[in-house]
Amino acid sequence: MVDRIAILGGGTGGTVLANDLADRLAAEIDAGDVEVTLINDGPDHVYKPVWLYVPFGQREPADGRRPLRELVDSRVDVVVDRVTGIDTDARELALRDGPGPLAYDHLVVATGSTLAPAEVPGLAEGGHDYYSESGAVALREELLSMTAGHLVLSVVGTPHMCPAAPLEFVFMADDWFRERGLREDVDITYTYPIGRVHGNANIAEWARPLMDERDIGVETFFNVEAVDPDAGTIASMEGTELDYDLLVGVPPHRGVDVVAEADLGDRGWVDVDKHTLEAERAEGVYAIGDAATTGVPNAGSVAHYQAGVVARRIASEVRGRPATATYDGKTLCFVETGMDAASFVEFDYENPPSPAPPSEKLHWSKLAYNEAYWLTARGLL
Amino acid sequence: MTDIDIEPTDTVDARAAACPGPLMDLIGRVRSAAPGDVILLLSDNDESLTDVSEWVDETDNELLALDESGDDYGFYVEVA
Ligand SMILES: Cc1cc2nc3c(=O)[nH]c(=O)nc-3n(C[C@H](O)[C@H](O)[C@H](O)COP(=O)(O)OP(=O)(O)OC[C@H]3O[C@@H](n4cnc5c(N)ncnc54)[C@H](O)[C@@H]3O)c2cc1C
Repeated sequence: MVDRIAILGGGTGGTVLANDLADRLAAEIDAGDVEVTLINDGPDHVYKPVWLYVPFGQREPADGRRPLRELVDSRVDVVVDRVTGIDTDARELALRDGPGPLAYDHLVVATGSTLAPAEVPGLAEGGHDYYSESGAVALREELLSMTAGHLVLSVVGTPHMCPAAPLEFVFMADDWFRERGLREDVDITYTYPIGRVHGNANIAEWARPLMDERDIGVETFFNVEAVDPDAGTIASMEGTELDYDLLVGVPPHRGVDVVAEADLGDRGWVDVDKHTLEAERAEGVYAIGDAATTGVPNAGSVAHYQAGVVARRIASEVRGRPATATYDGKTLCFVETGMDAASFVEFDYENPPSPAPPSEKLHWSKLAYNEAYWLTARGLL
Repeated sequence: MTDIDIEPTDTVDARAAACPGPLMDLIGRVRSAAPGDVILLLSDNDESLTDVSEWVDETDNELLALDESGDDYGFYVEVA
């Protein structure tokens, strides 16, 4: 009997996992005892962190794309197709274009996040974002031509991808306008839904003084109710209204429909055991990365570590041994604090973050990581 | 055992969510609730103690009671 492993989603988590399994189970795959199939709805692998730099004219969207087949070990069967149904009882995936359903013995859901700006009236029309490739490109046009006015960065929904990225954006914008001699003419305001500038209290305590020092305005308890694109205003349910000239919104996020329809969790996220990453509502299913509700940030580093854990667990299952590998909540993030300085945080379920003092060295480490990312995706780093 | 005698209209189970997840889940439910509804938020995160009470202070909603008797916290919030 062949053991069939299906990985749904060829982003950071799915790609690292496919390469890890190809390496770990090479002998079994070569002997025809194990098959690994990676299904993604596009031919390219996308590295989203590049989008942070696109609006500032520092990177091109193409820098964040590579053909998936170039990144994935040839032992893995890459299928470019959209999964339109997950039947966890029959253990089958329905494909939009494929000849028939794809049967699996082990399924790993790595479908990531999607943006849901339509959940807030006016946001799609009035706001810009750098959380999508098209959003980052459109924002670049606006930002490059802005010479004066009020820039509002509003964190509209949580959880969202990369909780550090909104802070990074305002720190970078502040520095960038300063370098160009325009900062006096551009006001910057950052809004956040709860009573501090970041969900994690330690990171919030670290970031707030930096924002004050740099004259970045802060509105906390700001849960966006509506955006009025004609009036150029954004209003919160707590009763605050801000005028903006350029609104950069971090929109509400959801998982994907196919996960929601399979009833693996709420809003398209998969409920999992936060240590084993096994789905709580189905047998033979794991979830990793943004798709898995473990309570840790939606970050590529998380997807990467979780992929390693699931690879080890599935390899044990395939070999008929008990799966013992567990995820400890490990998260790593470089946090840009300007155009040439960055901080770094590392934490897990037990140990809270303690941000490192910003330095140029850490900034270069982040840029170096962005380059070396392709080795991570290949499973080499 | 709790001695809180409030019948919530709705319960939001945000156990296992990291901050600001529990408060955001509560706010999401408050948005679609009717005035006078009582929402019970379950959280196992200590930061919810400050997050929820700070947000309630900032808005017209009211924290009717806090149940600390079990392993998790139970926040009873009345919608304004
Ligand atoms: C601006 C920005 C900056 C960021 N910066 C950082 C950073 O500095 N550090 C960090 O660690 N993280 C960062 N992140 C977050 C990181 O990019 C994500 O957390 C990471 O990509 C999650 O990986 P994933 O594998 O879960 O999902 P993704 O990488 O999103 O991949 C999901 C894949 O599944 C595919 N898919 C979905 N549904 C289907 C379907 N039905 N059928 C077939 N395929 C499907 C998608 O097309 C996609 O290819 C950033 C994100 C953004 C937006």
